[in-house]
Formats: sequence, structure tokens, C-alpha cells
Amino acid sequence: MHSETQAAPLEEVLKSDWGGGKSPFGVSWGKLMMWLFILSDAFTFGGLLAGYGALRVTVGKWPDTNEIFAISLGGTKVPLLLIAIMTFILVSSSGWMALAVNAAYQRDRRNTVKYLLLVILFGLTFLSCQAYEWSKLIFHEGVRPWRVPSHPPFNGVVQFGACFFTLTGFHGLHVLSGVIYLSVIAARVAKGVYDRRGSYEAVEIAGLYWHFVDLVWVFIFTFFYLF
Amino acid sequence: MAQAEHKHDLRRTYLTVWFWLFVLSFGLYFVDLMHLPTALATILYTAIALMKAGLIAAYFMHLRFERLNLVYSILFPLILLIALVAAVLPDGLSVLLHRQPFFEGR
Repeated sequence: MHSETQAAPLEEVLKSDWGGGKSPFGVSWGKLMMWLFILSDAFTFGGLLAGYGALRVTVGKWPDTNEIFAISLGGTKVPLLLIAIMTFILVSSSGWMALAVNAAYQRDRRNTVKYLLLVILFGLTFLSCQAYEWSKLIFHEGVRPWRVPSHPPFNGVVQFGACFFTLTGFHGLHVLSGVIYLSVIAARVAKGVYDRRGSYEAVEIAGLYWHFVDLVWVFIFTFFYLF
Repeated sequence: MAQAEHKHDLRRTYLTVWFWLFVLSFGLYFVDLMHLPTALATILYTAIALMKAGLIAAYFMHLRFERLNLVYSILFPLILLIALVAAVLPDGLSVLLHRQPFFEGR
């Protein structure tokens, strides 16, 4: 066996990728930082969902979310209708965001702005639905984070109020932050900031955040509303 | 300036993923409407939710097209989420067992 066929010593490997002047992750610092933020945020929501699971287990019989979040449509109660609509709105906004990132790849300023505005519009619609849902629960049903009605479907399970407002509140704040973030990015695209800079990567990084907010909703929708 | 950034036009991929996200969302809603036994529903919910999350992360967030170094750095720590659930769920169960004698008539 000749020495040329042997694997490179560890020292050489480390020098090749981590010795400086290289990009071991193959992405810009901005994108890497957004990914690390998303990872930490995933643990925030993971912790909240795990806590919700543990609390829910302690009470035995959880209030029926199908009944709580039902909406009357021409006399018949459709379970979770508003939540289903909100899910479709958020999935749609993610689709528009993907198209905005695609337009940014092509450095197509007009279309990038157009799709970003659609994402913002869908995000605001989602927030409006949530505001309606919250006000319905707070003002019509009398649900609070520390108190719920003792009659069905709530049955005095106070943990329901706490989990509902914490989970959807945290997610709603993320959507709100996303709408503000994307508004700033859209304004900068429209002003031509990224044309002058020669890179539209800011749009892609903002997209990562927005898709993550959609991704979190998948789990809240599944494990809080449906389950 | 279409060729300025040498990235492919991914519109077709995005639209396909978008379509499947809608289908899977409907699937989740359908599982809820079916009123299946809890164990089966749990498996279906988890499976479909993970499929949705996978599609979003892999295609919309481009994780599939990133270097493995980055992919592993993001995905492997998420294993700790299982530890998180495993840490708090037994606590909840123990509280339930202590409360159960007082749950008569519920």
C-alpha cells in the first residue's frame, strides 16, 4: 500500500474546512444566524407544547376543542371551521413566500414585492381571524388564562385557558413580528436596496423565518386544536 | 437580469409542495372528523404533521439543498425535543394518578 492512498491526517482535514478563510456551512453568516435562531425558537415552542401535553394529561378529561371552536353555518355547527380556514391561509402565505424567494433569485424586483405584499396580506388575515377567535372566547365565553366557565364544554378545566392563550399567543406574536419584518424587507426591495447591494439574500432569510412560523402552526393545529 | 444569480427557477417544485401541503392539511382535518380510536388518531396526526414539517423544511426552507454540515447541525439537536417530552410527561401522569380518586362522576 502506498502512502498516497491513506486518508488525510485529522490535522489536514481540520485545516481544510475549519482552518479559516472557508465557509464550513456553505451559507452566509446572516442565513446561518437565522437558522440558529430558528433552532432555538423550535425549542421554545417544543417546551411550550411539551408543557401543554403534561398539563393536559393531569386533568383526565380535556374540553372538547371540536365543540369550543365550532362555527355555526346556516344552523349546523361545523367543527373547527375557523381554525381550518386559518390553516389554509397560513399554508397559502407560505406558498406566496416561496414564490417571493423564487422571484428574488431571479432578481425580479416587481414580482418579489408583489408576492411579499401577498404574504403580508395573508398574515394580516390570519391575525384578524385570531383576534376574532380570542375576542369570542374572552368576551362571549368568559375564558381567561386563569379561569374558564364551569359549564360544558369547558367543565372548569382552567389548564385549557392557560394553554390556549400561551400557545396561540406566542404563535400570534411570531406572525405579527413576521408581518412587520416582511414589511420592512418589502419596502427595502421596492426602494432597490438589494439591487444596489447586488444580493437579494435578505428576502430568502426572511422567508426562512416565515416558513418556520408556518411550520410551528402545523404542530399547534395538530396537537392543540385537532387532538 | 434573469441569469444574474445562477439559481434555478424552482417554481414548479414550490407549487407541487404547496399542493401537497394543502392535501396533508385536509388529511389532518379529515382524521379529526373521522373520530378514530385515540391511539390510531395519535399515530396519524404525528405522521402527517411530521410529513408537513418535513416538506416545509426540506423545500420551502431549502434544507434539502444545503450542505450536510448545516443540515445535521440543525436537525440533530431537535432529537432533544423527544427528551423534553419524556422528561415532563411522566410528571403529568403521576399527577393524574394522584387526582384520579377525586374524579368520580366526571
